[in-house]
Amino acid sequence: MKGRIHRRNISGCGLAGMMSEDGRLMSGEGIIRSMEVLHDRSNGLGGGFAGYGIYPDRQDHYALHIMYDDIKAKEMTDVLIDEWFEVDAEEVIPTRKVPGVGKAPLLWRYFVKPSADFNECGVCEEDYVIDAVMLVNSTVEGAFIFSSGKNMGAFKAVGFPEDVGKFYRLDEYEGYTWIGHGRFPTNTPGWWGGAHPFTILDWAIVHNGEISSYGINKRYLEMFGYKCTMLTDTEVVAYSFDLLLRRHNLPIELACKALAASFWTDIDRMKAQGKKVADVYEALRMVYGGGLLNGPFAIILGHANGMVGLSDRVKLRPLVAARKDDMLYIASEESAIREVASGLDKVWNPKAGEPVIGELRIPVSNTDAVRELEETVA
Amino acid sequence: MKRVYTKEEACIGCRLCEVHCLTEHSRSKNIIKAHKKEFPRALSRVLVEELRPVSFAVQCRHCDEPVCVEACITGAITKDESGKVVHDEEKCVGCWTCVLVCPHGAPRRDLERKKVAKCDLCPDRETPACVEMCPNRALVYEER
Amino acid sequence: MKTYQLPEVKIERDKDRCIDCQVCVRQCAFEAHIVDEDGEVYSEDEKCVACQRCVSLCPTNALTIKDNKPFVKDNANWTAETQKYIWKQAETGGVLLTGMGNPKPYPIYWDHMLLNASQVTNPSIDPLREPMELRTYLGSKPDKIDIKMVDGEPVLNTKLAPQLMVKTPILFSAMSFGAVSYSVCEGLARASKELGTFWNTGEGGLPQNLYEYGPNTIVQVASGRFGVHSEYLDAAAAIEIKIGQGAKPGIGGHLPGEKVGAEVSRTRMIPVGSDAISPAPHHDIYSIEDLSQLIFSLKEATEYTKPISVKISAVHNVAAIASGIARAGADIIAIDGFRGGTGAAPTMIRDNVGIPIELAIAAVDTRLRDEAIRNRVSVIAAGGFRNSADVIKAIALGADAVYLGTAALVAMGCHVCQMCYTGKCNWGIATQDPYLEKRLNPDVAAERLFNLVRGWSHEIAEMLGGMGLNAIESLRGNRLHLRSIGLSTEEMDILGLQAAGSPMA
Ligand code: SF4
Ligand code: SF4
Ligand code: SF4
Ligand code: SF4
Repeated sequence: MKGRIHRRNISGCGLAGMMSEDGRLMSGEGIIRSMEVLHDRSNGLGGGFAGYGIYPDRQDHYALHIMYDDIKAKEMTDVLIDEWFEVDAEEVIPTRKVPGVGKAPLLWRYFVKPSADFNECGVCEEDYVIDAVMLVNSTVEGAFIFSSGKNMGAFKAVGFPEDVGKFYRLDEYEGYTWIGHGRFPTNTPGWWGGAHPFTILDWAIVHNGEISSYGINKRYLEMFGYKCTMLTDTEVVAYSFDLLLRRHNLPIELACKALAASFWTDIDRMKAQGKKVADVYEALRMVYGGGLLNGPFAIILGHANGMVGLSDRVKLRPLVAARKDDMLYIASEESAIREVASGLDKVWNPKAGEPVIGELRIPVSNTDAVRELEETVA
Repeated sequence: MKRVYTKEEACIGCRLCEVHCLTEHSRSKNIIKAHKKEFPRALSRVLVEELRPVSFAVQCRHCDEPVCVEACITGAITKDESGKVVHDEEKCVGCWTCVLVCPHGAPRRDLERKKVAKCDLCPDRETPACVEMCPNRALVYEER
Repeated sequence: MKTYQLPEVKIERDKDRCIDCQVCVRQCAFEAHIVDEDGEVYSEDEKCVACQRCVSLCPTNALTIKDNKPFVKDNANWTAETQKYIWKQAETGGVLLTGMGNPKPYPIYWDHMLLNASQVTNPSIDPLREPMELRTYLGSKPDKIDIKMVDGEPVLNTKLAPQLMVKTPILFSAMSFGAVSYSVCEGLARASKELGTFWNTGEGGLPQNLYEYGPNTIVQVASGRFGVHSEYLDAAAAIEIKIGQGAKPGIGGHLPGEKVGAEVSRTRMIPVGSDAISPAPHHDIYSIEDLSQLIFSLKEATEYTKPISVKISAVHNVAAIASGIARAGADIIAIDGFRGGTGAAPTMIRDNVGIPIELAIAAVDTRLRDEAIRNRVSVIAAGGFRNSADVIKAIALGADAVYLGTAALVAMGCHVCQMCYTGKCNWGIATQDPYLEKRLNPDVAAERLFNLVRGWSHEIAEMLGGMGLNAIESLRGNRLHLRSIGLSTEEMDILGLQAAGSPMA
């Protein structure tokens, strides 16, 4: 990509997520502590977080988080941003000096709305934003938009996750959903953009594992106009959710059933038992075969209305979930949950391919698509 | 009792059944020796009848009411308790009466030894030689 | 006329082993083995076509058929083969005829592709312990499905096009009754049922006795329209419009009258003994719109219950043609590469027209994806698949499934002697002679075909698991699991492959 050679990254990792289904705001300090417990699952080559509900004052704006290698990259990007968007505010992302985090790129954020004439492009607002993000990321040397959702933001760097969290002063933000990630790459690109989460619009993915089907997932998504420029598995997961949930309006459970499909033997058994839903599962596999994520993985997906945990269809990577009152916790290890919550109501090991779904009781309705999605889910 | 049955539609007239039957009833049981070095040569007890494209292998049917047993002048042919029609070479005098009466033409004349040769269902084998060696599964050995 | 052709094979009979049983004499329809009045067996080498039938059946292993390429003075241009063809034509004045697929030493791209396997970072999956899914649906799929919720349960709100479900991505290629014997058809039909896959009637119609295998049968509609009637279409699981065949792109078919016996005549609906000639083009298809009309006529005739496949040979413009066919409404595109077999083809066409299936699969899959219509059609690749590795590579390049023709015949006994067009097949395969046809017992044929596909499927499952995948759709079009070796950058570009040794990307 743009002169940088990023080979697809193979890594083992730690992940954690927490959300309040009541939409209560929590400081980012909790997710940092949770990730600190998983210290050994990463090797200091990447850590990151995403928080939802963190920009309440500008919740109608897309928050673009951008890293620049140099000021020239920013100047070139600014031209594009001005062309595509109306910028409400533009500022340096506040950070503090932390020993474990090395030299940072220039970190900026913009609060934007599509420029008034975007309707002439004949695409919906979200696709317009995606096009702009992909344009910058694939054409501007040294610029990388790593977060582009509304009222949410991704924060990532090279370093251990707990250091990255402190670096970005996440303790000073408040959100109703937080997800975090620590990376253990088996090769060392040493690039900040390579850390998780990977995001597009308000979808943020943290991921542990390797998607062996990457080659076809990428080509499949390309048919729908996604450009997989990052050569990471995680990018493919994020786009897949965007396609299935936002563009194809599938309910979350079914999107997960497309990505971590049921085995044919199970579908056949359900059919034999006369369960109608077997037809849906069969159709999902037939139609979304190219999207099936195959290989060992555990992921946590954050989005405006909730959080989803999902493991591969044979569960080759760990994933634990827990509930207490309105809180849902998902993590690679139970200890990461126990660290931040005591007296849990329920702790369980989700079955292979079975999603753990957390949803805001009162969903945010920031876009038409999300509104439609709610209707389908309801 | 298990008998050898022919599937005429699968018989290709290759006559390998004859070759292997002969070998099985030779002294050496070595196919090359049996055919080239043993004198008198053993005789195949199966005979392939052929009018192209039709062909099928015929051997003793081990009939339920064997006329050969009745006809044999020395009592060389008997029906044993398993139902097999057995021929005792010691007692055979080569009168060819069985050859005359057998409706299937199964007993064969061994002119050199002046004895009849007849299918014995390969007593030394699990599956008769002709059945096992038929390249097109035209022979089956089964209970019917 | 005295022939100037030189014998190409030598028959060696080990006289110490030969027992003069005459099995070879009876087996050779080319009369290369002869018995003299003393009962001694000898041979006439020049008649032998090296089908190896006699060798297989000789009970004493007394026979060896040896290569005896005539020596002509070293000349890269005027090889023994080029001279042979000239002699032949100088003697007959006719078109050189042959059978089977292109035998020339063109590059075999399969042998320039290497598969991937997992190590450490991504565990391989053991097919003996974990499910390994090869099930494939062939047919047109929508880009998305619509779900509506009924009483909190998701219900499908999209009507799906008819599909062929195969338990393994291997089907049997079109081989027509007439070109091949009835036993071959029965063997294919029975094996397909057993395997959960499909066989293809080719253009020769469906013999009455095989209607019971309809649910595992793809019926063909070719330019000659032999044996096409409503029960034929109704009996089938899918219908294939045959435009072209890999062994002879651009030309039609010719079944000589000698092969048209009573049963072939009844099945093809032509008089006994008459030549069955299928014209080069369909005389009602002169453009893509016409093809579309035929596709929809067949869909109408079968009330949109069966997928319609269109079979073409792999030619230079195959990607664009495939795109047109997809847009014309086909559910499946079958592409036949230049190594695909035939019962009879002009030698010059078989050896010089068309392109390798490997390049065609890659070009078509890429094109259909570029146009975002890959979901609309399934792609079946055909033309010379030799083993399970070829099959899995084809799937990684982008095919949904493959058709086996020659490999299926070889499983039944064919030794690729290329004499199919003579009707004297010693193995009972490419013949209608009742004496020869009997040599293929359908029981044996079905069992051998079943074993072959079962074996290949196991191997595919194993290789798939080795790559850390447990469903075939995760390999389909996944070219990252293939690496090229010894190819030019241009070829790699067409195949969409990176060089062996380049890291995962
Ligand atoms: S060996 Fe089998 S096929 Fe050959 S002649 Fe005997 S019965 Fe017929
Ligand atoms: S069963 Fe044995 S003895 Fe009888 S015909 Fe066959 S091979 Fe000969
Ligand atoms: S089949 Fe073999 S043993 Fe029999 S005659 Fe021919 S070469 Fe000799
Ligand atoms: S043509 Fe076939 S059967 Fe005849 S001699 Fe040659 S190899 Fe043997």
